[in-house]
Amino acid sequence: MKEEHKHKKTRRYGMVIDLDKCTGCGACMVACMAENNVPFREDETDKLLSLTWLRIYRLTNGKPFPETDICYLPRPCMHCEGHHGHSPCVSVCPATVTDYDWETGIVSQIYTRCFGCRYCMAACPYHARYFNWWDPVWPEGMKQYLNPNVSVRMRGVVEKCSFCFPRYQVASEKAHAEGRRELEEEEYQTACTQACPAGAITFGDLNNPKHAVYKLKKSPNAFRLLEKLGTNPKVYYISSREWVRRAGDNYLEHEFKEQKV
Amino acid sequence: MDSELIPRGVKRCPLGQFSLWIGIVGVVLLWGVYAMFLCWFKGLNQTNMNDSYGFALWIWADLAVIALGGGAFFTGFLRYIVGKDELKNIINYAVLIGFICYSSALLILAIDVGQPLRAWHIFWHANVHSMLTEVAFCLSCYFGVLTIEYIPLVLENRQIDKVPFFHNLGHNMHEIMAVFAATGAFLSFFHQGSLGGVAGVLFGRPFGYREGVLVWPWTFFLFTWSAAACGPCFTILITKITEVITGKKLVKDNVIDLLAKISGWMLATYIIAKIIDTWYWAVVTAPSMGFTLMEFYSNNPFYGIWILFLEIVLGGIVPAGILITQKGRSSSFALWTAVILAVIGVSVNRWVMVLQVMAVPVLPFETWPMYLPSWQEVATTILPVAYGIILIMLSHRYLPIFPQEQELNP
Repeated sequence: MKEEHKHKKTRRYGMVIDLDKCTGCGACMVACMAENNVPFREDETDKLLSLTWLRIYRLTNGKPFPETDICYLPRPCMHCEGHHGHSPCVSVCPATVTDYDWETGIVSQIYTRCFGCRYCMAACPYHARYFNWWDPVWPEGMKQYLNPNVSVRMRGVVEKCSFCFPRYQVASEKAHAEGRRELEEEEYQTACTQACPAGAITFGDLNNPKHAVYKLKKSPNAFRLLEKLGTNPKVYYISSREWVRRAGDNYLEHEFKEQKV
Repeated sequence: MDSELIPRGVKRCPLGQFSLWIGIVGVVLLWGVYAMFLCWFKGLNQTNMNDSYGFALWIWADLAVIALGGGAFFTGFLRYIVGKDELKNIINYAVLIGFICYSSALLILAIDVGQPLRAWHIFWHANVHSMLTEVAFCLSCYFGVLTIEYIPLVLENRQIDKVPFFHNLGHNMHEIMAVFAATGAFLSFFHQGSLGGVAGVLFGRPFGYREGVLVWPWTFFLFTWSAAACGPCFTILITKITEVITGKKLVKDNVIDLLAKISGWMLATYIIAKIIDTWYWAVVTAPSMGFTLMEFYSNNPFYGIWILFLEIVLGGIVPAGILITQKGRSSSFALWTAVILAVIGVSVNRWVMVLQVMAVPVLPFETWPMYLPSWQEVATTILPVAYGIILIMLSHRYLPIFPQEQELNP
């Protein structure tokens, strides 16, 4: 957090997810798990024990047929900036395992430093943090297919979406070798963004006017989850449907009416 | 057979009877130890915690025993700093109970973390912004203080005291005990508060979050206050239970009355502050986050408004009302009722500030997750209770814990 003032021009990587385009196919979840070596078990029926760095929620408007409407909402880590990098999880971690990176705006996690107190999980209102209740067990032969750029995690530590940070490292090294300081938009993209067949996920630097997310986040239909809490997330959602936008936060009854008018 | 170890002038039950009870409690202890090793060797998949309940029964037990163990620091503060001399007759027991509570808290924490062998990271990679960091440092230091406070008591054993070195060591430690009592009080004010801050700083969790002063949420002060109020109630309760079990009066009524009176006023002032805090949170803090009070207490099978009533009215106002009156303190039934209710009240407060914080859904499209601890969690939570009973039994039998025992039981 001390580094905040050292960087005048910072990148703030973030996402804009168009919920009107998302079909809930789950390709983003699969890509995320494959890219990040996310472990799984034979029986995944209890979702409160599953590791899903990117989880798709199914929202409904609660109305009977024929007015029933459904929305699928992919939820990665929000990489909250909070107030001056004071994201909910970063400030509470007792062992400085997780940090807000002022160069990228990415909330990091050092797995080998984490000792599994789970305070960060208690702090995150998005349930974006997951605990390794078991050691990972890979089906026979699958170890060969693990991503060599991403370390696997052991039992007893917390993990979460990193916006595919190892991809950023690879892209940065390449740019550095070529004598460049800036990354092109397409040079660093997350696995979920690339896997989405509907093109619902857009990823880039929210501070960079050349990146698509810069304009998309300004859409009148854009919103973020739980903005009232002051978490200042870097994942934006777009929906033309009012009930979906409203489902992104908690409102009091009179606020609800005011908005309706 | 062990009569040479028993303090002079007091009566103890036969060794056989004592051993039988130690054995019975020991079985419970072993059950807990077995569960503890299961958790250490197989991991936290032995629990019923999940990604919604990262904090559960153990963290509640930690917070509760630390609050209840607050009797040690507050009684020490009153005895050595404020100068309430009568409390010297209960301070030994308060220290012993505090020692048990704090060692239990550390043990539970050692089971609770996912990678116990890395627990030292909290000191090595300390994040000064985290409430847990402060808790870890202060808790460890204060446990050291309690150990130093307990050692002179052990040295007073008849046989150990015969060794000149131990006799002199114990005497000298007694002489400087005020320094440790002051250190203990200083450390406790902070870590009790930091434990309150653990939930209070969670601005992503509207049920737990509170505004405050500078970096300290109101829960910081409320936790210290409630521990100072209810810790002595727990000391009184355990003293009373010990008197029932041993069939002897161990502490004079005026000592209990003084501690109960101070505790009562602490509880009365605490509960006023708690009501103001709850009211402000219900009408200002929570609505600013989009929540009404009743949303925290409805649409789920367990957390009804009854829990708030139990905590504040039954566990706060009622015992405070009893303890601040002479009539209430002098009635045995009323005193028992008050200290039991105060202990329940503070434990319920710690429960909601851990479990209910986890349970309340924050994303509007989520529902209340419910939680029932596994037998391993229950066993490891009962383990410190069994350990505490055994340590009390041993200390009571072989150490002069109660200075007034001989006089009260000629």
